[in-house]
Amino acid sequence: MTALLQHPGYEEEKLQRVADQIPCREVQAGTLLSLMGQPEQCSFPSIFIYGHRATGKSHVMNVLLKELELPHATVSCVECVSVALLFEQVLLSFFGGDSASQLPRSPSLSDFVRIYRQQCSQSAAKQTRYIVMEKAELLRDTDANLLPALLRLRELVEDNVSVILLSEIVWDKFRPNTGCFEPILLHFPDYSKGELHQVLSQDRHPSYSAEFYSSYINILLGVFYSVCRDLRELRHLAALNFSKFCEPLEEGKAKESDTHKLWKNIEPHLKKAMQTVYLREVSSLQWEQMQEMEEQETKTMRGLSAHTHVELPYYSKFLLIAAYLASYNPARTDKRFFVKHHGKIRKTNFLKKNEKTSNHLLGPKPFALDRLLAIFYSVVDSRVAPTASIFSQISSLVTLQLLSQVSHDDQLDAPKYKCAVSMDFICAISRTVNFDIVKYLYDFL
Amino acid sequence: MSTSSVSKGCFVFKPSAKKKKTSLGLEDYFSQGCEGDESSEARFRLCHDLWDKIKADTEVLQDELNRKILDSLLDFTRKCSSTRQHSDWASQMRASEIPTAALVLGVNVPDHDMTFQSLSDLLQQSVTPHVVSVQAKECGALKHLMKRVLEKLMNTVVAVDDDEEEEAEQTSTPHHKSTHCSLSTLCDWYNSKTKKAHTPGKKRSSPAKDEQQQPPVVIIFKDLEAFNPRVLQDFILICSRYIERVPLMFIFGIATSPSTIQHMLPHSVSSLLCIELFQSLSCTQHLATVIDKMILTHHFPFKLNGKVMQVLISIFLYHDFSVRNFIKGVQLALLEHFHSQPLSVLCCKKKQALLNVTQLSQSDLEKIRQLPSFRSYVETQESEEQVNLLKNDTHLKEVCTKLLKDLHKYHKNYYPVLRCLHTLTSSLPRYPLGKQIRELHLICLEKNVWENEDYQSAMKLLKMLAKDELITSLQRCIEILQPVKSKRMRNACVQLEDLLTKLKQLDTAPIETVPSVEESITSPLKNLQKKTNLFQLQKTLLEMNESRRAKKLSPFEILRNEAIEFIDSLVKSHLSPPECQTLNEVCYYGSSGSVRRHLNATPRTSIQAALSSPYYFLQNDSLKSEDGTVSNAAPDICIAYKLHLECGRLINLYDWLEAYSIVVSAAEGVDPESDSYGKVDEVKHARFIRAVSELEFLGFIKSTKQKTDHVARLTWGGC
Repeated sequence: MTALLQHPGYEEEKLQRVADQIPCREVQAGTLLSLMGQPEQCSFPSIFIYGHRATGKSHVMNVLLKELELPHATVSCVECVSVALLFEQVLLSFFGGDSASQLPRSPSLSDFVRIYRQQCSQSAAKQTRYIVMEKAELLRDTDANLLPALLRLRELVEDNVSVILLSEIVWDKFRPNTGCFEPILLHFPDYSKGELHQVLSQDRHPSYSAEFYSSYINILLGVFYSVCRDLRELRHLAALNFSKFCEPLEEGKAKESDTHKLWKNIEPHLKKAMQTVYLREVSSLQWEQMQEMEEQETKTMRGLSAHTHVELPYYSKFLLIAAYLASYNPARTDKRFFVKHHGKIRKTNFLKKNEKTSNHLLGPKPFALDRLLAIFYSVVDSRVAPTASIFSQISSLVTLQLLSQVSHDDQLDAPKYKCAVSMDFICAISRTVNFDIVKYLYDFL
Repeated sequence: MSTSSVSKGCFVFKPSAKKKKTSLGLEDYFSQGCEGDESSEARFRLCHDLWDKIKADTEVLQDELNRKILDSLLDFTRKCSSTRQHSDWASQMRASEIPTAALVLGVNVPDHDMTFQSLSDLLQQSVTPHVVSVQAKECGALKHLMKRVLEKLMNTVVAVDDDEEEEAEQTSTPHHKSTHCSLSTLCDWYNSKTKKAHTPGKKRSSPAKDEQQQPPVVIIFKDLEAFNPRVLQDFILICSRYIERVPLMFIFGIATSPSTIQHMLPHSVSSLLCIELFQSLSCTQHLATVIDKMILTHHFPFKLNGKVMQVLISIFLYHDFSVRNFIKGVQLALLEHFHSQPLSVLCCKKKQALLNVTQLSQSDLEKIRQLPSFRSYVETQESEEQVNLLKNDTHLKEVCTKLLKDLHKYHKNYYPVLRCLHTLTSSLPRYPLGKQIRELHLICLEKNVWENEDYQSAMKLLKMLAKDELITSLQRCIEILQPVKSKRMRNACVQLEDLLTKLKQLDTAPIETVPSVEESITSPLKNLQKKTNLFQLQKTLLEMNESRRAKKLSPFEILRNEAIEFIDSLVKSHLSPPECQTLNEVCYYGSSGSVRRHLNATPRTSIQAALSSPYYFLQNDSLKSEDGTVSNAAPDICIAYKLHLECGRLINLYDWLEAYSIVVSAAEGVDPESDSYGKVDEVKHARFIRAVSELEFLGFIKSTKQKTDHVARLTWGGC
């Protein structure tokens, strides 16, 4: 397989090391290497690599640059809250601390280019320098000139530099409407099942044989491959369940070759883990504790999503109920629900054409503060003075994210809100105050 | 003030240092406008001491309550930092996850500060010096969050141990701080920090020290819900890039429910975390403990009466769930009491109070004579004694000493008996006297509890208690009464123990009457099945009831009745409401209205009151008016307000102006027949415009685009 990774510019030995570290990505690495050429040769000015999450983009890039000892700067665009940080990191890793301190307080692109050239003339490059930008999709939100400039940075700084962009999004979504230099596109496809198996088998447990771990991964993939192909999640699951898998071995009930016995043992646990795939309900530590506790038949531990009960002050509950009613009932129907002698108005009289669909399917609608308070006063059974704390409860419901403010924060008169809780939640809340909310909901008339 | 400047402009004059007023001490504020000046100093001291004690006690209490959860959190941080340094397979696989504690604290956000404070203190003491807590309002954007974290981490450490080396480092860093505020700076700083700690550690080379070599960096997010999800996600993404270089740890303070984490963070982010859940005590339990330890004890001479208690508890239950606010309410009541009640000088420990009685001034004694509770006491005395009490000061002082002693005794006995009654009734079905002891306390404060219907039904239920239940609750009563140092309580305790031993001996005594009892119950039941007539049925049921009552009681039943009667007698002698006690005004604060006004303000109502009856605030006789009308001499805004109440949702500005000018001309005494009556001149126009814009500012109206020349009303209801 190492035959794939061959390049005249680099030593065999180094390439071998690279190949060992990047299983199933030799083809992509080979392409990259041929694009990069020999260290002294001019490389292509910009390369765009895209592929799903956990397809080894950053890993391959890092391994290549590190092992082949090429001058490079790796920057994550999440981290660069301002362009200044980006420039600084690039200069710092190419020319050392002095150059970064030369940047003015809020540097522009031309400042960066100026200093780069200045430094470059002092220490001219013998090898191609690489700038790797992770999560490049965030570059689209920065200044409009940054991305086009990075794509042809070589021309600007007149240095042998190559920019490599890594992203989960295709290039078409990047292209600025003013047009720009087209980078070379390189796709990292998803791992196939066999490849996943090979990659996952790499991190084997030191005290067990490689074949044993590999058979474990085989079982794991057999269960989870249909629902989850994310390498990271699979690795997480593998780490979680391995101790359970080994249990019969440690108790001496089975040997490493007893695949069937081991399978029988692990299957129910994997089935259970299947229910919480992707959720990260409990930490890996807690999962292990849970598995231990199960034997004692104590099920005190519950996942994150099991805790949905929220204790609220009495009036906050009613405010929330009022907000829910205001969000899901059309304003026209308020009279029907909250005026005592509304006469007999049937639902059909209200129905407009577009309202045949359920309001619950359409999601919450914004409502004004007046309406919320009007409903609140008619819903709550005792007389409530409009005290300051009633109003402050509304705003604390907003900070708790049970309500959300639709209008801008600065708008003081007639602010608008939306109710952000689910039907189940509000039903649980109204049950605690003996309020039959379903009777007041237009959808359930 | 003059300047030497030739040009016009604004100049800042700083007040010279000498001119600054010497700031008033707390005490001076207290004695300002205080009733009964002469004793204000003593009262201030008493109040201050009492509050200090309450504050210290609540803090201790809070720490105790939080101990369990804080301890488990500390364990968690220790475990995380130690597993990082182990290199077994499982922790290696987990190395890229950031250990995170999700701390669910409940919706009483104001209380959380204290918890977080003690948490970070504890962490700093025992686990790691690098603790930083951030809250959402200071981190609107990622860079602010980053800046805050870096600043706090690096500064606090510099501030804590002022080594020379640190200072040298500090002088070199400001440049870094201002320029790049990224986590790599933090990494460098952390490495230099741990290396420094490492070199002296090597010499000792104890294994325990080695473990502490890499103390984790703990970041506490005080209010997770309020954070911008975007910011949080980015921050976690960045942190996970550095997790191999710095042992980071998060603590999320969650007010609602742990599922918020899943709502806020997508899978790609939450998979970077290794979340463990910690649930704190609910705030109602917290309040129950605070009430138990602070209110239901005779250690604090200051008491709240029923109404004030009710106000404070209802603010807690209905509005905020905040224990801190509850204690603040108690503090307010305390201050008000000592401020407004001159006799509060007697509201202190028994010894001090008895001493203070002897130092009472003439006017104070006069005030005692005016107390309602003292007056009713006087009325019960004989005529000679009455005269003596009202005329003879020294005699009054003697009587006061006795009365104060009685009051202290009353408190000493009240709380244990209250607890006893609660232990008995709290296990009854449907809680006739309340589930929580505070409910029972409120009932007792209001009026004689034994006259309450619920009390009677509770007693009836108690008389049906099974034996083992009765024994356990009596046992608990004894446990409550035992430590009380009071003669009567000790007597009661002995009697209860006596009853208990008798009850226990019943087991050994032969059982005689059981079969006959069963027979008498079953025989009418057999008859019952035959009859179908409703009247007959009722009759038999009544008969059954009668026969059961009439039948001979078993020894257990006799004992049970005896025990319940005894409890009843205890209640009747000790749980009378404090209003019946003479001199209760000394200790009890009862102005619930003022507490409500201060803690649960109604700004809207007071604005409306001011606008509709200006006399209430201005106290000008010409503004007096009857039945809700506004006199036409009232301020312009009041007239405009009154007129706008008569309009519908949209108000025509011109009509409003006309009406206004007519009212104002009447006030000016213009002859109704003359031409200028009701005419709008420039002054009136201007006054009207000002009134309208003031109303707009107060939020009663706003301009609208629906109709020109109209404004919209923002409030409902009219006159």
